[in-house]
Amino acid sequence: MDITYWNKDLETMDRSAIESMQLKRLQALVEKSLKTEFFKKRLARAGISSAEDITSLDDLRRLPFNVKDDLRQNFPTGLLAVDMQEVVRVHSSSGTTGIPTVIYLTQQDMDNWTDLLARSIVATGCSSKDVFQNMMSYGLFTGGLGLHYGAERVGMTVIPVGGGNTQRQVQIMKDFRTTVLHITPSYLLHIHSKLDSFNTRPEELHIERAFLGAEPYSENTRLKLEALFGMHAFNSYGLSEMNGPGVAFECMYKRGMHVWEDAYILEIIDPETGQQLPDGELGEVVLTNLVRSAMPLFRYRTRDLAYVNPEPCRCGRTHRRLSRIQGRTDDMLIVNGVNVFPSQIEEVIMAVPEVGTNYLIHLTKDGSLDKLTVKVEIYSKLFTGDMRELDALKGMIKEKLKASITINPVIELHEPGALPHSEGKAKRVLDEREML
Amino acid sequence: MAEQLTIFLENRPGRMKSISDVLLENNLNIWAFTVQDRGEFGLMKLIVDKPKKAHLILVDRGFACVLKEVLAVKAENDQPGNLDRLTTALWEQNVNIKDAYGFVSPKDHQGICFMEFENPDDANLEETIAAHGFTVLTGKALYEL
Repeated sequence: MDITYWNKDLETMDRSAIESMQLKRLQALVEKSLKTEFFKKRLARAGISSAEDITSLDDLRRLPFNVKDDLRQNFPTGLLAVDMQEVVRVHSSSGTTGIPTVIYLTQQDMDNWTDLLARSIVATGCSSKDVFQNMMSYGLFTGGLGLHYGAERVGMTVIPVGGGNTQRQVQIMKDFRTTVLHITPSYLLHIHSKLDSFNTRPEELHIERAFLGAEPYSENTRLKLEALFGMHAFNSYGLSEMNGPGVAFECMYKRGMHVWEDAYILEIIDPETGQQLPDGELGEVVLTNLVRSAMPLFRYRTRDLAYVNPEPCRCGRTHRRLSRIQGRTDDMLIVNGVNVFPSQIEEVIMAVPEVGTNYLIHLTKDGSLDKLTVKVEIYSKLFTGDMRELDALKGMIKEKLKASITINPVIELHEPGALPHSEGKAKRVLDEREML
Repeated sequence: MAEQLTIFLENRPGRMKSISDVLLENNLNIWAFTVQDRGEFGLMKLIVDKPKKAHLILVDRGFACVLKEVLAVKAENDQPGNLDRLTTALWEQNVNIKDAYGFVSPKDHQGICFMEFENPDDANLEETIAAHGFTVLTGKALYEL
């Protein structure tokens, strides 16, 4: 495989060079942060009143954590560290669960972010020869515009179609011979289920790569999508508070996502105690953005659960790799006292060819006990009409799930297309326990 | 052999109607059907006058539906004991019936039984049935009823 780099010096510099760059940038970040009343007070409580108080990377631990609620409390401009005139871009979370969280970028911040995305895209083996169909939402959501700018910087042919309208998406893939998609895994699964009705076979498309992000998904889902479309799928990680996509991205070897450590400081902590965890242990991802001046943000608790792989990568990049997101500290379900992540259930379902790609985790009360029902759809092409095979299929899924999550689920089989799907982030959990 | 449609249906109001709607729209005639219930879902089995056409249409509408060969066995004279003679003959040969349902032929009012067997490829099966005075209807004979 030909390994290509966007900025080889930065991507392959040794650990000590990364760390000295991180220290310098962390000092600048603290300096910037002190320009906001909120951080000035918060840092003062930690005994930090100037960048000079930071003398080594270990001093990072003196800085307090920040959480989503801090961003909400400071809505809309409390964390802005530059004059609004310098701001060239605003992004915001949807705010469906409360006050939205906003981020601001200067022109320099935009350049930094775009460069990280170009770096990410090139790491997957893409080049200016590719035709890039960006199927993430545009607008306030960071996913669409982030990759759009990065792909343009690489020189790809960018089709800014955004999300939704499946039939048109497929037509565009054919008309422009799209080679690279940026899409959520659930939407790509949905598109595959619709190809038949558009009289299109996956082989008629020219997809070589897909960047998958914006929702957690399992390795089995990746393998399934790669097989269905005959392409390579790359895991992408980012969150709007850290600018959006481009925090971490998989290289062509697809063994975890390189976190661009010249731009972000990565920590994994125990979500209960806040203690830092060693590489390899599963914990909450905490990030410090070193390349955004309009709105400084350090030690941000992402609520995403993952672990770090510090081993050198065959691609030669020295930036440590982050595992796929295993779950979120807040999407963990507690079922009769047992912690269950939807991703564990997805992992099992995606490995069963006889069921489709749509599923629903339904939680209800059965007396005082929680009842976990996993609903899956029959995959038409493997349906044989044999009741015993259907019984065996249910039994097999139940056993596999029980082995994975240690609790006994009820498995329900449904007709193809019967379960709700979405043309964006999928809603896979229906928790009706409070209502009963 | 006769061709039976087997359709996966969720067990909730309107699902059987979704099938009968499609059959009506396409002027397909139902000769026999049965529904096997299994909790949240069931299997609907249908014998219709144009099975291949019905299959294509149902698959096109997104149903999980297969076309399966089943044996159509016709008794010569409608009288008490016909089914008993048939099941006795099969029992003597140690043949296991997986699934069966009957209907009365619209032309000559003779009983017809559709059967699925554990080992459908057993060469002696049709001979055994014929030796006891039953007729195994071929697809053609069946669909000319």
